[in-house]
Amino acid sequence: MSFISNLLNGISLGSIYALIALGYTMVYGIAKMLNFAHGDIIMVGGYAAFITMTANWCPLWLSMVITVTVCTVLGVVIEKVAYKPLRSSPPLAVLITAIGVSYLLQNIALLTQTANPKTFTSIAAGAPPFLQVFSGKGAVFFQTNPYTEEGLKPSLTISMETFLAIVVSVAIMVALTLFINKTKAGRAMMACSEDRGAAQLMGINVNGTISLTFAIGSALAAVAAVLMCSAYPQISPYTGSMPGIKAFVAAVFGGIGSIPGAMIGGVLLGVIEILSKFYISSQLSDAIVFMVLIVVLIVRPTGIMGKKISEKV
Amino acid sequence: MKNYLKRTVAAAAAAVMTLGLVGCGSNTSSTYGGTGSDIGGVGNADSNASGAASDADSTAANGSAASDANGGTNSTPAGNGGTLVIGSIGPITGGAAIYGENVKKGAQLAVDEINEAGGVNGMTLELNFQDDEHDPEKSVTAYNALKDKGMKLLIGTVTSGPCEAVSKEATKDNMFLFTPSGSSVNSITSGDNCFRMCFNDPQQGKLEADFIAEKLDGKTKVGAIYDSSDSYSTGILDGFKEEAAAKGLEVVAEEAFTSDSNKDFSVQIQKMIDNGAEVLFLPIYYTETALILQQAEGKLDIPVVGGDGLDGLIDALGDKVSLADGVYALTPYSATAKDEKAVKFTEAFTAKYPDADLPIQFAADAYDCVYAVKAALEKAEVNDANIDASELCDKLKTAMTEIEYAGVTGDSKWSADGEVTKNPKVMQIKVTDGKGEFTDI
Repeated sequence: MSFISNLLNGISLGSIYALIALGYTMVYGIAKMLNFAHGDIIMVGGYAAFITMTANWCPLWLSMVITVTVCTVLGVVIEKVAYKPLRSSPPLAVLITAIGVSYLLQNIALLTQTANPKTFTSIAAGAPPFLQVFSGKGAVFFQTNPYTEEGLKPSLTISMETFLAIVVSVAIMVALTLFINKTKAGRAMMACSEDRGAAQLMGINVNGTISLTFAIGSALAAVAAVLMCSAYPQISPYTGSMPGIKAFVAAVFGGIGSIPGAMIGGVLLGVIEILSKFYISSQLSDAIVFMVLIVVLIVRPTGIMGKKISEKV
Repeated sequence: MKNYLKRTVAAAAAAVMTLGLVGCGSNTSSTYGGTGSDIGGVGNADSNASGAASDADSTAANGSAASDANGGTNSTPAGNGGTLVIGSIGPITGGAAIYGENVKKGAQLAVDEINEAGGVNGMTLELNFQDDEHDPEKSVTAYNALKDKGMKLLIGTVTSGPCEAVSKEATKDNMFLFTPSGSSVNSITSGDNCFRMCFNDPQQGKLEADFIAEKLDGKTKVGAIYDSSDSYSTGILDGFKEEAAAKGLEVVAEEAFTSDSNKDFSVQIQKMIDNGAEVLFLPIYYTETALILQQAEGKLDIPVVGGDGLDGLIDALGDKVSLADGVYALTPYSATAKDEKAVKFTEAFTAKYPDADLPIQFAADAYDCVYAVKAALEKAEVNDANIDASELCDKLKTAMTEIEYAGVTGDSKWSADGEVTKNPKVMQIKVTDGKGEFTDI
């Protein structure tokens, strides 16, 4: 039972990593830059959700809409203001700018929200657990413990947050894959990632496509922010940095630039993290995660799903 | 040729990217560790300290010159001894902000009371409090800034990691350091100029093991969740394990987290369940405790025992405060305690800060620190605020071992190594109608 419970926790954590990793990998694939401010967009999303959810006038659905809008607009504005003027500069300049934007966002949050962690109210607050398994009694879905009077405790509990994180992530990934493969804008993104110059010559609006990529990536970050803050109900100006780095690792793990790679990388990373914490050592889990990354990169330098780059001589 | 160039540029870019990433990582861990990362942080501070050493010396000279000038022009009417500047450092922003805020308020309360009553030996006291965000490097910077401002003695720093860094500097300068709440062993081991008001970590762990063995009848299987990147947490756990073995307690699960992975506790909680823990021991701060209690809701229903780091838990849980019901915390003071000194202090505190939350143990520690310093100053017969800081330190460190001080946090005595002797108190959080409070048990 504890294996299943850990596995699901890992998949849930991994789905959140995957959502964040999607933002990294899409931007890298299309704009060929590492957007290190991505983790901090999550933090901004978390605060947007926190502020709107604690406001009395705002119903839950509206606060979700506001959160996604805030992140999307922020992502596009950052791209226009900080990255676009540097599009023809060396990649290093853009990278440093991205790190600068990351610190800017963190410090603005420190200034306006103070560094005190705030208690986030889960979007599934008050909802019963998704699944409870009782030994000898079977499974119970979407119910509070019906055997409380008998003093029976569930041997396996899957919380609503865990369930939501997995379901929402899977739905978003399916939608994103369909969008990229079936729509014109999606195909324009693919074309840009393959060869930006050629795409421009074919009449694709490259600037518009890059903006769209940032918008989608940031909207995903907003969703990840809400899911993450619901599962781990606390928010501070540094909330985004560690998950941001882990998700970047997940993106590299899966093959940066590849969308299925980001999903697989994210989920694997989450599962490895939780399982190694449980079965090997809670102290070494991060070290193990990064060791796996190194091994994968030695065996497959472009990541699990990365394209093999063959250079013509 | 062109291709070759391109490739070198790419390789260089990749190298810098990794560097950038590493930089990012270490930085986030040290800043993010609002509640932790003592070990890493101290390492940082060391390298910083050696770099800043020459700087510090020159500012020390500056500082005394400045304070002389200050003392000359600034003779206050209250007494003829001048104004003695007491420095204090702690986090008033960041994850441990609640501690610094309380120390600042508690110390200020004591300083104001003393000044109103006529000061100490004709001297007026002045408190200068600096923020360090629970970051050793910022703490050392704050210490140097305070020296510039003519600090004669330091009440601080509030948290252990920064205290370990600052105490090394203070020992170099022979500056009297009196930490209200820096509880790691190494907070005051750098020299004989350092003292503390609270128990040290292994002492605390030992007392908690005693409590579980004696007061929680029949519960012998203890599960612990601790922060392996924090010296406060590991220190308590070490003391606890040693005493637990002697008292017949069994530590059935000992699970760690670090300041980089302090959000998901599902695994640690699962281990507690699997190993049949009967008591959950949390030698950690309130921020993570709040997360653990929320994630354990409905899964793990066993008594929780923690150290003084749990002070602040009630606020941190917000409207989920009912989860804290029944949590035991070893803390020498509580705003709801009934003993005379505590009641008097709480009343004075709430009268002075009507808008603030009730004081926590740290405020009482700081308040006691200032009064203990007053007692030591009187014992050493210091009556000139322009005294050299090093000379003052020599007088105070002798006087500290000679005084006995009956304070809010208990009757305290100090040995020459700076450690305090007093009686511990274990409190329990009781939640009624959505409001939590610490109660005597």
